[in-house]
Amino acid sequence: MIEAHQLTKRYGEKTAVDRLDFTVKPGTVTGFLGPNGAGKSTTMRMIVGLDAPTSGSVRVNGRRYAEHAAPLQEVGALLEARSIHPGRTAFNHLLAQAHTHGIPRRRVEEVIELTGLQSVAKKRAGAFSLGMGQRLGIAAALLGDPATVMLDEPVNGLDPEGVLWIRNLLTSLAAEGRTVFVSSHLMSEVALVADHLIIVGRGRLLADTTVQELVRQAGGDIVKVVSADPAKLRSVLAGTGVEITGRSGSEELLVTGRTAREIGTAAAEHGIALYELSPRTVSLEEAFMDLTRDAVEYHGTTTAPAETLRSAA
Amino acid sequence: MSTLAPSPAAPAADARPARPAYKVTAARVVRSEWAKLWSLRSTWITLGLALVFLIAFGLIAAAQFKSRLDSGRHMDRDFADASTLSLSLFGTNFAQLALGVLGVLIAAGEYSTGMIRSTLAAVPRRLPVLWAKAGVYAVIALVLATVGVFAAFLTDTGILAGTRAAMTLSSAGAVRGLFGASVYLALVGVIGVALGALLRSVAGGISVLVASLMLVPGLVSLLPTDWQSHLSPYLPSHAGEAMFALHHDTTTLSPTAGLLVFLAWTVLALAGAAVRLVRSDV
Repeated sequence: MIEAHQLTKRYGEKTAVDRLDFTVKPGTVTGFLGPNGAGKSTTMRMIVGLDAPTSGSVRVNGRRYAEHAAPLQEVGALLEARSIHPGRTAFNHLLAQAHTHGIPRRRVEEVIELTGLQSVAKKRAGAFSLGMGQRLGIAAALLGDPATVMLDEPVNGLDPEGVLWIRNLLTSLAAEGRTVFVSSHLMSEVALVADHLIIVGRGRLLADTTVQELVRQAGGDIVKVVSADPAKLRSVLAGTGVEITGRSGSEELLVTGRTAREIGTAAAEHGIALYELSPRTVSLEEAFMDLTRDAVEYHGTTTAPAETLRSAA
Repeated sequence: MSTLAPSPAAPAADARPARPAYKVTAARVVRSEWAKLWSLRSTWITLGLALVFLIAFGLIAAAQFKSRLDSGRHMDRDFADASTLSLSLFGTNFAQLALGVLGVLIAAGEYSTGMIRSTLAAVPRRLPVLWAKAGVYAVIALVLATVGVFAAFLTDTGILAGTRAAMTLSSAGAVRGLFGASVYLALVGVIGVALGALLRSVAGGISVLVASLMLVPGLVSLLPTDWQSHLSPYLPSHAGEAMFALHHDTTTLSPTAGLLVFLAWTVLALAGAAVRLVRSDV
């Protein structure tokens, strides 16, 4: 359980995190989404006490992170930047971390096995590939058998196999009853594993929602239906909460508020021939882009300067 | 990890398997820092260098003195006044650099590599890390320096026996001087750790260390003479020298005063490091 209350971090003029309020609940995978520069990493650093909030607070299982007797047992964190000495072997790195908490050597071997690092455990970490480095970071995060696992952009730079591995790991960690908090700037990646979403932009909370809810808000599921008699079908389907659009003269209708099954059944009852019936889910990526459009730090278009000026004012 | 043994009276509220109770303690942080120090190659190399400097330079200085004495060549004043103690401690100047630099590396190296984030995530109270680093390294440097200076002294005793520089361990001031030198070297190491933690930069830490031990005395000699005489004995390097010099006069501190002044410098550096460590984000 992570609870942020009016969490704020300012660097001089720039506000990296702006009065964030959110709760990360146990037993679920919570995605922490936002464009680059939205304040995700800063928030995560504040959660484990590496950065001090300018104002507000963040608590882990009811207390500030530093107040716990065994912090690594409360939160295991993989932070964005590398946090290892390249001259030390993976095993020695983990063992030194374990010593601070009295975690037995057996557990070090366990996490090495869990992350598939057996063959390189005695090699110096500086020679690790990006993927191996991420695995070592995750091994360190899991070392204290933590109730909350927090990963900052874990799939960044990983090959497809590594991405799949992380995905399965996150799901299994949540299934064990742990709180999983994972950040990403890629909606598509998070949507596959997360139940809950916390979306930020320019340090502000944009949405605290679920994947389904976000899709619904973004326009819900649309069904495309092509029929012999669109005018009749229109009147058959009409009702509260149903929205139907279609150009006149075209056989095609776009229906929201009715499932494909309902539309097919209604058409059959009224003897309307259907040529096509296809549900179309609004892409989460689109929903996310809609939500964060105004909060994107660096636009790729020429409208960017005006946008930046407006928000800086 | 998980216990499979069935516990019939398990409370319903606690459905998860019992987790081991870990806890961060000062002793464990020390153990971690000890393990960290020895798991890096740079530690072995630098400590090896420091030991070689202490023994080899002590030996070379004595041999040089002996050969000049035998051949009757001219010796400058410093060399002519030499004793077994001063000749055997000739390597101290070089060893202090090696030990000080390793001290800086121990602390600042964590910042340059990013390791500090792992370290402080494990020990978010932060200060125990600084005390453990300084303490562990002080002990290691002290043991190494003691071995080095005694080895150099005992070797030199053999070389210089019968000359006017001859001394043995039972000579007045010999043991005091040797321990003074090893305590001085250990404290230089601690100052290195403190500077590394204060400046968070390997290059910056080494620069300030070298400047304060070697350049500042030169700069102070540019000051008016009466300022100099008041200031000079209290400089880190001069206070340190007083700890292991055989003879003391009005321009130098006594060994005890030298130790206290040098300790004060060490405490000052550590205090600065502690404030920065607690206050600044990493």
